[in-house]
Amino acid sequence: MARRAEPPGHAHISLEVNGEPVEVSFPPHKTLLEVLREDLGLTGTKHGCELGECGTCTVLLDGQPVLSCLVLGVAAAGRKVKTVEGMARGPELHPLQRAFADLGAAQCGYCTPGILLAAEALLERNPRPTRQDIKEALAGNLCRCTGYIKIYEAVELAAAWMRGEDAAPPEESIYGRR
Amino acid sequence: MLRLPSFRYLEPRTLKEALRWKSESGPESMYVAGGTDLYPNMKRRHQEPKVVISLARIRALRPKGRSRKAASGLTLAPMMTLTELVESEGIRESYPVLARAAELISTPILRNMGTLGGNLCLDTRCNYYNQSYEWRKAINFCLKKDGAICWVAPSSPRCWAVNSSDLAPVMVAIGADFLLVGPEGERTVAAADFYQNDGIDYLSKHPGEILAEIRVPPRDGWEATYWKLRRRGSFDFPVLGVAAWVRWEEQKVAEARIVLGAVASQPQPVPEAAAAIIGSRLDDEAIEEAALAAFRPSKPMDNTDFGLAWRKEMTRQFVRGALKELRSKLVE
Repeated sequence: MARRAEPPGHAHISLEVNGEPVEVSFPPHKTLLEVLREDLGLTGTKHGCELGECGTCTVLLDGQPVLSCLVLGVAAAGRKVKTVEGMARGPELHPLQRAFADLGAAQCGYCTPGILLAAEALLERNPRPTRQDIKEALAGNLCRCTGYIKIYEAVELAAAWMRGEDAAPPEESIYGRR
Repeated sequence: MLRLPSFRYLEPRTLKEALRWKSESGPESMYVAGGTDLYPNMKRRHQEPKVVISLARIRALRPKGRSRKAASGLTLAPMMTLTELVESEGIRESYPVLARAAELISTPILRNMGTLGGNLCLDTRCNYYNQSYEWRKAINFCLKKDGAICWVAPSSPRCWAVNSSDLAPVMVAIGADFLLVGPEGERTVAAADFYQNDGIDYLSKHPGEILAEIRVPPRDGWEATYWKLRRRGSFDFPVLGVAAWVRWEEQKVAEARIVLGAVASQPQPVPEAAAAIIGSRLDDEAIEEAALAAFRPSKPMDNTDFGLAWRKEMTRQFVRGALKELRSKLVE
C-alpha cells in the first residue's frame, strides 16, 4: 500500500538508529537532520549550510553517506541510520575517533562527525585506501581549521589499525618537520 | 535555521499513481527525485509546493527495471543515482563521457542522493536567485521569483538564469532522447528540444510530465568528452561546460557537435565550431578554428562565478582542450 501522510498531522515512522529500533513522530516536512537533533536528541550530527554545500550533516543511510539536511525524515522510514553517536562501542572509541584525537585531526570539531562517517563508509568499502582515495571520499566535507592534512593522516592511521597493523602516528604529524 | 516550508508528502508506487496524484494536487504540487536541487530551493523559498510527490519508490524509474542495453543503444533509468551512474561498469566502458560528466557533479556524498533525471531537470541558477529569502528581499527580488527585474540584464524582458547541469550538454551532444510520461500519454523528445533558452521556462517538459527514460544512441564510431570549469574541484556547479562529440569515418571527422554548458539558459550548441572540424583529422589548424568559432558566440553574463572576459576566453581554451583529447583517442 502506498503511504500517504495526511496533513496537518505528524508522520509516524519506524527506523533503525545506531543499531536500535526507533519510532518517532514529526511534521512530514522535517529533514532527517532536524528529526535526529530535535526529535531524537542526537545532536552529534551538526547543521552547517543546510543546503548541501558543506557536508557537516553527513550520516550513513543504509551504510551510505548522505546529507541529512537534504533527506526528509519520512524518507528514512524502515531504513538504517548511523550517526556519530553510533561509532564508539561503550567506552571504546572507534579507531577513526581515536586517530582523529591522537593526531589533532579535529580542531574546532564542527565538521568532524560528518568526516568520521564519510571516512567510515570509505574504510568499509576500501580497507587500504590511497591518499587520493581518501581525498576523493572526503571531497564533500569542508573543514575550515585543519587544512585537511591531519585528517588524511588520521584516516590512514585508523585504516592501518583496522587492518590489524601495529601502526603509530607519523612522527612528523606530531612533532612537525625537524 | 533554514527550514523547509510545510507541505504534504506523497510517495506513489507506480507512474500511474504519481500522474493521478499530480493532477489531483494541481499546480501547487511538484515531483521530487533525489531532492538535492528542490529541497535547497524550497528552503530559500524559490519553490513552495503545497504537495511534494516523491518519485523514489516508483520501481519503473529505478535502474533494475530500466537500465538495459538494447541493440539501438542504452536505456537509462532517471532515478539512477549519480553514484550508480559513475560506478556502473557498463557505462564506464561503453559511455565513459556520461561517467565523466557525472563524477564532476558536486560531491561524492551528494551524488549518493542526486539522480540522473534530477540533474537533467535541474533548475536554472543565478547569482541573484540562489540566495536566501532575506537576501533576495533586500534587492526587491528578481524576475525569476517574486520580482519584476532581471538584475543580470535590467532592461531585458527575460530571465537569464543559467542551465548548470553537467549531464545536459553531454546528452544534447551525444544526441540522446528522453521519454516523457504524462497524463495525456507518452512522448519522446530529443535532448536538444527538452531545453529552452529561458531562465524561467527552461524545460519543454510540462510540470505534470515525468522524465521516465533516457535513451542514449549506440556506439557506432563516435567519441565524446566533457570538460568542466569551476572554482573548486568539488562542490561547485559549472561556470563553463564543454561537451564535444565527433563521429569518425576513415580517420576523419564525419559529423560533430559541440555544446556549451552554463553559458545560457539551455545547453548551447555551437554549430559553427562543429562545422570547422568536419572533414578534418582534428589537426591543430581545424581545432583552432573551432575554438575561435566557439569563443565568438560565447557570451557569459554576470550570473555566476568568475569574471566575464576570463570565462569567455576559457571557452576557447576548453574547446581546444576537449578536441585535442578526442584527437588523442583517434590516434589510439
